[in-house]
Amino acid sequence: MINLSILILIPLITAVLVLLSQNAKQVKWVALLGSLVQLGYSSLLMKTFMADRAAGNTAQMLYQSKTTWFGVPNVLQIDYFVGVDGISVAMIMLTAIVVFTGILISWNVERMTKEFFFLLVLLSLGAYGFFISLDLFAMFFFLEVAVIPKFLLIGIWGSGKKEYSAMKLALMLMGGSALVLIGLIGLYYNTQTLGGQHTYDLMQIAKMHIPIETQRIVFPLMFLGFGVFTAIFPFHTWAPDGHSSAPTAASMFLAGISMKLGGYGCLRVATYLMPEAAHEYSMYIIVLSTIAIIYGAFATLMQKDLKYINAYSSVSHCGFVIFGIGMLTKTSVNGAVMQMVSHGLMTALFFGAIGMIYERTHTRLVAQLGGLLKTIPFIITIFTLAGLCSLGLPGLSGFVAEMTVFMGAWQNPDTFSRVATVLACSSIVVTAVYILRAVGASAMGPIKNEHYLHFKDAAWNERLASLTLMLGILAIGIYPFWLTNLIAPDTQIIMENLTRGLIK
Amino acid sequence: MLPELSLTFLIFLLLFLKIWDGISSAATIMHLTNFLVLVALVGGFCFTGTGEMFNGMFHTSKIINFEKAILTTGTLIIFLQSFDWLKDNKNGVEFCILMLSTLLGMDFMISSGNLLMFYLGLELSSIPLAAMANFDIHKSKSSEAGIKLILSSSFASAIMLFGISLLYGTTGSLNFTEISMRLGHDQLQLFSFILIFAGFAFKLSSVPFHLWTADVYEGAPVPVTAYLSVISKGSVVFIFITVLFKMFAQFTDTWYNMLYLSVMLTITIGNLFAMRQDNIKRFLAFSSIAQVGYILLGISAGTVMGASSAVFFLIVYTFSNLGAFGVISFVSQKTGKELISDYRGFYANNKTASWVLTIALFSLAGIPPTAGFFGKMFLVTAGAAKGNYALIGMAALNMVLSLYYYLRVVKAIFIDKSDEPIEKLEGSLPMKIAFAICMIGIVCTGFASGLFEYINTITAQ
Repeated sequence: MINLSILILIPLITAVLVLLSQNAKQVKWVALLGSLVQLGYSSLLMKTFMADRAAGNTAQMLYQSKTTWFGVPNVLQIDYFVGVDGISVAMIMLTAIVVFTGILISWNVERMTKEFFFLLVLLSLGAYGFFISLDLFAMFFFLEVAVIPKFLLIGIWGSGKKEYSAMKLALMLMGGSALVLIGLIGLYYNTQTLGGQHTYDLMQIAKMHIPIETQRIVFPLMFLGFGVFTAIFPFHTWAPDGHSSAPTAASMFLAGISMKLGGYGCLRVATYLMPEAAHEYSMYIIVLSTIAIIYGAFATLMQKDLKYINAYSSVSHCGFVIFGIGMLTKTSVNGAVMQMVSHGLMTALFFGAIGMIYERTHTRLVAQLGGLLKTIPFIITIFTLAGLCSLGLPGLSGFVAEMTVFMGAWQNPDTFSRVATVLACSSIVVTAVYILRAVGASAMGPIKNEHYLHFKDAAWNERLASLTLMLGILAIGIYPFWLTNLIAPDTQIIMENLTRGLIK
Repeated sequence: MLPELSLTFLIFLLLFLKIWDGISSAATIMHLTNFLVLVALVGGFCFTGTGEMFNGMFHTSKIINFEKAILTTGTLIIFLQSFDWLKDNKNGVEFCILMLSTLLGMDFMISSGNLLMFYLGLELSSIPLAAMANFDIHKSKSSEAGIKLILSSSFASAIMLFGISLLYGTTGSLNFTEISMRLGHDQLQLFSFILIFAGFAFKLSSVPFHLWTADVYEGAPVPVTAYLSVISKGSVVFIFITVLFKMFAQFTDTWYNMLYLSVMLTITIGNLFAMRQDNIKRFLAFSSIAQVGYILLGISAGTVMGASSAVFFLIVYTFSNLGAFGVISFVSQKTGKELISDYRGFYANNKTASWVLTIALFSLAGIPPTAGFFGKMFLVTAGAAKGNYALIGMAALNMVLSLYYYLRVVKAIFIDKSDEPIEKLEGSLPMKIAFAICMIGIVCTGFASGLFEYINTITAQ
């Protein structure tokens, strides 16, 4: 039987063991082993979950466990309440893969190795906790756990203007969580359970009818707050700087996991709990996300640094997540979740490949690269595949996810949604331009620099990491139904709650 | 009464030991003091009397005993931290005596049920503080701090005393409960309340009565600064809660509005000034002003949860702030460096001290999983009970502001490079014990929900 607390315990134990390790080599192996065990357990969770669903278990949240954490009658009720549905299972699986590959990629970190891996593991702990929590307080707790390690990761091991980026990222994300906090407390005082007690219990709140006046205040706070994590326009500015200054593994975590925390929060907390307000505000969400999609794509065109290219394209791609949620149809929400998973894998692979290139060439400027396909074929192939996934080539995960979002968006018959969808679609063309340009310039052509000839191709750890991520991308791209089957029953439940908002 | 008696005994014992000069070294006396304070602390936990004495002048209950235990724990940590500093000082014993007398004053103050007793305790707790602030007798900054503290605190006392006399004139009583029953809509009573409130605000250094804080904190020796910012403030918060909730229950709306304004200003101004500081003591002074704002935010709701979350936060705050001050006093005693820029590259040679300072600062900033997160969350949750979004929004956004300056120090420690980082420092055993207590406190008090639940139960009684 699955016990979800193990998902928090494994990183916790790993973190302690990392601290107790004697030397750098031990640290790496402990961290890798921990993440491998976690990956195994997550796969087991997914397998069991799918089996249980197939066996007809239609409960909304499986493997629930609830213990009172802070319980003072009539004063405060906070539970340690965990449970998963298909969406969280998909997110957990994504996190496990990205953490595993991230640790593999950072095998060559030499300075302060112990601290580096400790912070990585701590970050993953926050993400796992966030995805399994069903108590808003605990959720918020884990969300914040996942913020501060990033500051240190970027500040200490980063490159470029790292101090500036680290501070900007930490402050903007904390600003986001401050908005969430205001919304959280506002929501808390408008809930009443049977005993007259307020509650943070997500499942109970979902069944309540939060007064529309409260929703009107709380929903934008929550949505924008979580949106900052997903780099919603105009709060996206931390993303390019943060991503580009971060060390490779931190970029992978940031884009692959951290931005998904926001998307998940927007869906699970803001939209699910406050359906009436979600309908009222959906227009603004669509406007903001369309701007993010198009602006992100055009901004990418102007970038010369590979990491900046992927960072801005992440802004654009995460715009699709918000776009899908804002469209509020079953298919589009499905697409949003798929886009989260797909983008998480794809961007991790992309950042990983860029990291590998950077480690060899010591430059990320497209203009200085060239002809690398001849010297490091494996890495460049991976790089190209990630790029193709990013521009939505059929057969890879990006296509499936974006297609689903557009299909869902088109189901809204009004002109406004149609126009927005067409505009968002057009960004794909721009994506193709910048991806092909970057890939072409760095992979093809003459070799720009003599010593590019002496590069060694990917080492075992890099190959393993790339192949793991590639496997995920192909699995979604070629046979998307397992993912749809995993998440669809649960988006259905969210949709039912949403239509309740529509009828009223 | 037991904590007070044992403290009095301890003070006299130290006095005799001092008179028989040369009977034992300062270090031995320090160890003895630490041990006896510990005994007093444990004794205070085990033998908790409740009830009244002297016709309601002195009363004690479970929550009051608990508050006294918090103050004693904090004092013990400060004693442990100042061991290195005092062991070679020929006046070290006097320092202990002075500190214990203020602690005695605070105990009387929070146990008081009568304004006279309250005033007596307040004075006993503030006059020796000025002598302590002036303890580095050869530094002019220290003398400046001493004189500023005594002048401003006597000014505050005078204002408060004026309020008390007006209150006595209009109600004819000094007893808390009797006053609360005789309060009406008298303008003079309101005026006296405002005077008393101002006196408290002065002691708590909440805006606009905060101006003395930074200079005094900067000039005073670091252990005294720590004492001022944690123990002294903590005790005033405790009695402030009693005074507001019990004595001025009639004026709830008035003091809600006053606190509302005060919280807004205190948090914002504290944070804005903290950003601009280069001296780490001044920086912590302003950050502690902002922290007081959060405490007042919790109290402002006037609920049991408000009171208990303030008490809970003070425990967390004791450990966090003393952890931070511990490292600063450690560095300042060994090297005399007190600027944030001096801490550049601190991590290179002092790994443990860096982590202690960082975790303590994270706890002050309210970053999980430290206890500071829980403390702040409970205060904000309590403060939100009246549904004032503006207040909560301001408090939450200020958390972001405050994160900026806490991260500035963290950045100096971990990220910035320095050509001459502070060399490796060796701490004595008491110092290490103090750090260990603070770290355990920061890590454990948050998760341990039992503590908060216990405080809630005894506050509600």
